[in-house]
Amino acid sequence: MLSYLARRLMLAVFTVWAISILSFAIIQLPPGDYVDAYIAQLAASGSIVSQQEAENLRTQYGLDQPIYVQYFKWMGQCFRGNFGMAMEWNRPVTEVIGDRLALTMVVSIFALILTWGLALPIGIFSAVRQYSIPDYVFTFVGFIGLAVPGFLLALLVLYFGFTLFNANIGGLFSSEYLEASWSLGKVRDLLGHLPVPAIILGLAGTAQAIRIMRANLLDELGKPYVVTARAKGLPEWRVIMKYPVRVALNPFASTVGYTLPYIVSGSIIVSLVLSLPTVGPLLLKALIAQDMFLAGTIVLMLGVMTVIGTLLSDLILLWVDPRIRLEGQ
Amino acid sequence: MADVITATGQVVAAPPLSHQPLLTSVAEERISVASQWQLMWWRFRRHKLALVGAVVVIVFYSVVVVADFLAYADPEASDAQRGLISPQSIQFFDEGGFNPYVFALKGRRDPITFKRVYTPDPNEKLRVRLFVPGFEYKLLGVFPASRHLFGVEGAEAEQSLFLLGTDLQGRDVWSRLMYGTRISLTIGLVSVALSLFLGVLLGGLSGFYGGLADTLIQRVIEILRSIPTIPLWMGLAAAMPPDWTVLQVYFTITIIISLIGWTELARVVRGRFLSLREEDFVMAADLAGCSRARIIFVHMVPLFLSHIIAATTLALPAMIISETSLSFLGLGLRPPAISWGVLLQQAQNVQTVAISPWLLLPAIPVIVVILAFNFLGDGLRDAADPYN
Repeated sequence: MLSYLARRLMLAVFTVWAISILSFAIIQLPPGDYVDAYIAQLAASGSIVSQQEAENLRTQYGLDQPIYVQYFKWMGQCFRGNFGMAMEWNRPVTEVIGDRLALTMVVSIFALILTWGLALPIGIFSAVRQYSIPDYVFTFVGFIGLAVPGFLLALLVLYFGFTLFNANIGGLFSSEYLEASWSLGKVRDLLGHLPVPAIILGLAGTAQAIRIMRANLLDELGKPYVVTARAKGLPEWRVIMKYPVRVALNPFASTVGYTLPYIVSGSIIVSLVLSLPTVGPLLLKALIAQDMFLAGTIVLMLGVMTVIGTLLSDLILLWVDPRIRLEGQ
Repeated sequence: MADVITATGQVVAAPPLSHQPLLTSVAEERISVASQWQLMWWRFRRHKLALVGAVVVIVFYSVVVVADFLAYADPEASDAQRGLISPQSIQFFDEGGFNPYVFALKGRRDPITFKRVYTPDPNEKLRVRLFVPGFEYKLLGVFPASRHLFGVEGAEAEQSLFLLGTDLQGRDVWSRLMYGTRISLTIGLVSVALSLFLGVLLGGLSGFYGGLADTLIQRVIEILRSIPTIPLWMGLAAAMPPDWTVLQVYFTITIIISLIGWTELARVVRGRFLSLREEDFVMAADLAGCSRARIIFVHMVPLFLSHIIAATTLALPAMIISETSLSFLGLGLRPPAISWGVLLQQAQNVQTVAISPWLLLPAIPVIVVILAFNFLGDGLRDAADPYN
């Protein structure tokens, strides 16, 4: 078991390294650099930057050095918790990202809780009452949830909110709390705004989770140990919840690591439609402006979160499934 | 088993079996001599939703083939004089018989809001006819043609048919939708095929040879799976050379994505190979002197070919969702290319949608085709294993 853990940890470190190179490479790929984009931006507003000033800017940001030097400098700074300057904002990256990363996590985790909170009971119900009317209804709703892309759902919700209730559903805060510092009122306001984006983000995942839960449980329900438990006179509730459900939960433990990053990834597009203050819109803007430290840090953060999630899911699987725990002993 | 146990948990005695073999012997014999594909077809046929899904998918791909025939207006023809016309309804009966027509529209500017408003002119009926001449195109990309399935006779800019209305630039939404279907449904095909190939090849190598190759491939899969796709896609979209056409850029990105998208299938194929490797018939083939390639492609692959087909049907809607989402953001396809995502981009602003809700109409084919693919894939997956 320890060697298993050590192997996973090694792999995680290696993966983070691969992701850091990849994110750096992506940012380096576009022709030109931030200074070019900056000059073009200034030129559009009428001011002209001289050759000398451009060179000074490049030296200041270290853009005149070879790529691998830039990479090692960037990584070295990252280890010290300094992710560089967000050039467009003229502020440290950590300052620009901070709140938004936290809000991204809040929205994503809320969506995940909602996904499982809805999907697991519904999945169990659908399996136990297979081919009943609610089962058909849930299956149908599940398919719709799978088929409607998140951004489209967000757009529809916005549209109906706008036409039917004349309400603007976008955003995470009411206007009076937008610039306010954190307080109990602001937290309450945030909680009030969370359900809509969380439901939109979680719907596709929920649909999928219902189907997985239903299929797994149906496989288990036909097995002899369930019949035995029933024959021994266990109450139906316990027969189902104690044994087959526990087995059917396994795939969820093994996918928790992928679900969270999947939701974070999905939240980028939905955030843009709903104008949520998460990292998604920031990443889009940073990529367009070639603000490489900002974009690189966001991609790196998302990658690291995925790796941590995968590691967590390995641990959970180890805890849930004794077959893996006992492997190799 | 599930049929014998009722929902309340009582075990009900199975019906007496004595006469059953006699009654079902004909059917049973038919089943026992049927080929694998025949069994799969029988099982697939029972899944009614999957059949409907298959029909819908076929219809959509027919639209891909004859998009220019179904469109009645040039998708690029814009005219500021007819921007944001709402969908027109066709009146089917006139003068006591089937004689479809639409009213001609008179456009003018509202003096108070400065918006263009269109009012139907009840005195002027435009006949809707089949096989009318229109803009020139090449049928199937080869034959020059100018007939279209339906349209208004002698169509002119202001007096034409607007089945689904027009967009901001006055382009006909129906015709653009037809062209958009063509690109949205085909742009992902190559990348799905490539992921399929990589998945089967690498999963097969991993499962068949095991050992070092297996360890290496499994580690690569784990690394690839932890790369968040959408940020990667956004980065790549921003990174493509600016002098490429939008289609080239998008096509390249789908290819790159397919290079990381093969992992799921590779896992499935590896699992199948691992279990099949130990089967007696594989050893028998080996002892009979079959080559490795023959064992793999003649004896093993047919057993999970159906799984691969099902996996592909489920991979296609994912590609369609990526296309629409990214084009909607402006990161995927961009005008002048026409796709469902590009069409939906016009509906990005809630205010615009509230005033002209028909701009959201391209969402319907997106949802319908994804549902159809999902039903089809589901049915195929159920039918994939007929001996189960």
